Amino acid sequence: MVKVEGLETLMEEHPFFEGFNQEALDLLAGCATNAKFDAGTVFIREGDKADMFYLIRHGTVAQEIRVPGRDPLVVETLSEGDLLGWSWIVPPYRWTFDCRAVELVRALGMDAACLRAKCEQDHSLGYLFYQHMVPIIARRLWAVRMRLLDIYAPAPKPKL
Amino acid sequence: MDTSLAADPGPEIPPARWSGVDPMMPRPFTVKRVRKELADTFTLELEPADGGGPIRFQPGQFNMLYAYGVGEVPISISSDPDDPSVVAHTTRFVGSVTEALVHTRIGSLIGVRGPFGTHWPVEIAQGEDVAFIAGGIGLAPLRPAIYRVLSERQKYGNVVIFYGARTPEDLLFRKELQSWRSRFDINVHVTVDRATGRWNGRVGFVTQLIRGGGFDRHSSVAFICGPELMMRYSIQKLQEHGLGNDRIFISMERNMKCAVGFCGHCQLGSQFVCKDGPVYRFDNIEDYFSIWEL
Ligand SMILES: Cc1cc2nc3c(=O)[nH]c(=O)nc-3n(C[C@H](O)[C@H](O)[C@H](O)COP(=O)(O)OP(=O)(O)OC[C@H]3O[C@@H](n4cnc5c(N)ncnc54)[C@H](O)[C@@H]3O)c2cc1C
Ligand code: FES
Repeated sequence: MVKVEGLETLMEEHPFFEGFNQEALDLLAGCATNAKFDAGTVFIREGDKADMFYLIRHGTVAQEIRVPGRDPLVVETLSEGDLLGWSWIVPPYRWTFDCRAVELVRALGMDAACLRAKCEQDHSLGYLFYQHMVPIIARRLWAVRMRLLDIYAPAPKPKL
Repeated sequence: MDTSLAADPGPEIPPARWSGVDPMMPRPFTVKRVRKELADTFTLELEPADGGGPIRFQPGQFNMLYAYGVGEVPISISSDPDDPSVVAHTTRFVGSVTEALVHTRIGSLIGVRGPFGTHWPVEIAQGEDVAFIAGGIGLAPLRPAIYRVLSERQKYGNVVIFYGARTPEDLLFRKELQSWRSRFDINVHVTVDRATGRWNGRVGFVTQLIRGGGFDRHSSVAFICGPELMMRYSIQKLQEHGLGNDRIFISMERNMKCAVGFCGHCQLGSQFVCKDGPVYRFDNIEDYFSIWEL
């Protein structure tokens, strides 16, 4: 991962930061890096320390669970405009999935310890951050519930 | 900004018609081809066995298929409306009649009544963007509308297909989806509810695809077909995207018997789904849509 110029611009362009004021963006830019993962790379491993999270700018990421003796199960895929990972705000700050780049992925990586510290110091920044995170978490949870309903399955036969 | 399709929000879909013959009398059709699509889904291609003309239909209409000695079921036509030489029905076997249909062989006879019902009014979307949203077997009733739009591609703006299925193995018309995707003038987005790492496509609920857009919020028309829950949440997403209810069309399923508005089996409030539907403009049906057990 390399630090490059123009991270503020990339942040402004990402839908997650819509509604963040300039001051907040400047503060957060200090925690951001540019990240790139080649297709096929597993860049997050379940159980590892969640010291980063990502805002996907391009490409698709599969969140997977390894199952011994079987192909991994894809829990969800995320793509351009999505936020990847919230294990960094939930103790014990460990990843709960593997993450694999399905194709070349470009993302903004956010340093979790740096962010937690900034949110701790500046509660209005922390509030803004959580305000943006919570609806995303809620939407994802809803989508997972929808999939649990298995709505494309045939209607059960009535019991006679 | 007024973005409604027509100043008068009256019915946009012409009433159903059948062509002269007694609509209660099944015509014998020969099974020309049986194609296994998925583990539980098959397509029957039929041609008239009574010397009569082919069935001329509009996208979204359905026929009553009669498995002799077993019973009759409504099944949408899934073939190209501009090629009436073949009339195809893509069916998932769920019970006695559909089970009997799956066991038909090439050359078998089945009875056909129809076509019945309202159609996907793709013609009113000319000059606009078009979004097709399908879930599971719901791609079959939408396919004739997709064919119609693609046959007159230049008359439409952006065309996008959002398709959600249970697993990669349950993707209907997979080859066709791939060939549509390889065209430069249509966007095809596919997602499944569950998959293993062998699948390199998307995993998520179909409404998550809609967020990606690809169609203009003020000048698009959406056609949705799938389980009612999937349609309900797709409509919500489209509304969030800014689409008016008069720009959203859905297809409803209810148990049917006569298919011509006599028996009341398919009643949904004041509507008879067999003749006032199955395709509805959403603002004409929204009051009934989420009321269960009507
Ligand atoms: C206008 C219209 C168009 C249709 N188009 C298609 C199509 O293109 N392809 C297709 O596969 N099916 C389609 N259907 C659904 C199809 O008609 C039913 O699956 C069929 O009637 C089931 O009959 P059966 O005798 O095989 O099953 P039954 O013995 O009647 O029922 C077996 C099981 O299937 C369930 N079931 C019955 N009807 C439906 C239904 N409408 N939806 C969900 N579950 C049902 C029952 O609850 C039961 O659990 C359409 C229905 C309508 C009203
Ligand atoms: S099926 Fe008889 S009225 Fe509709």
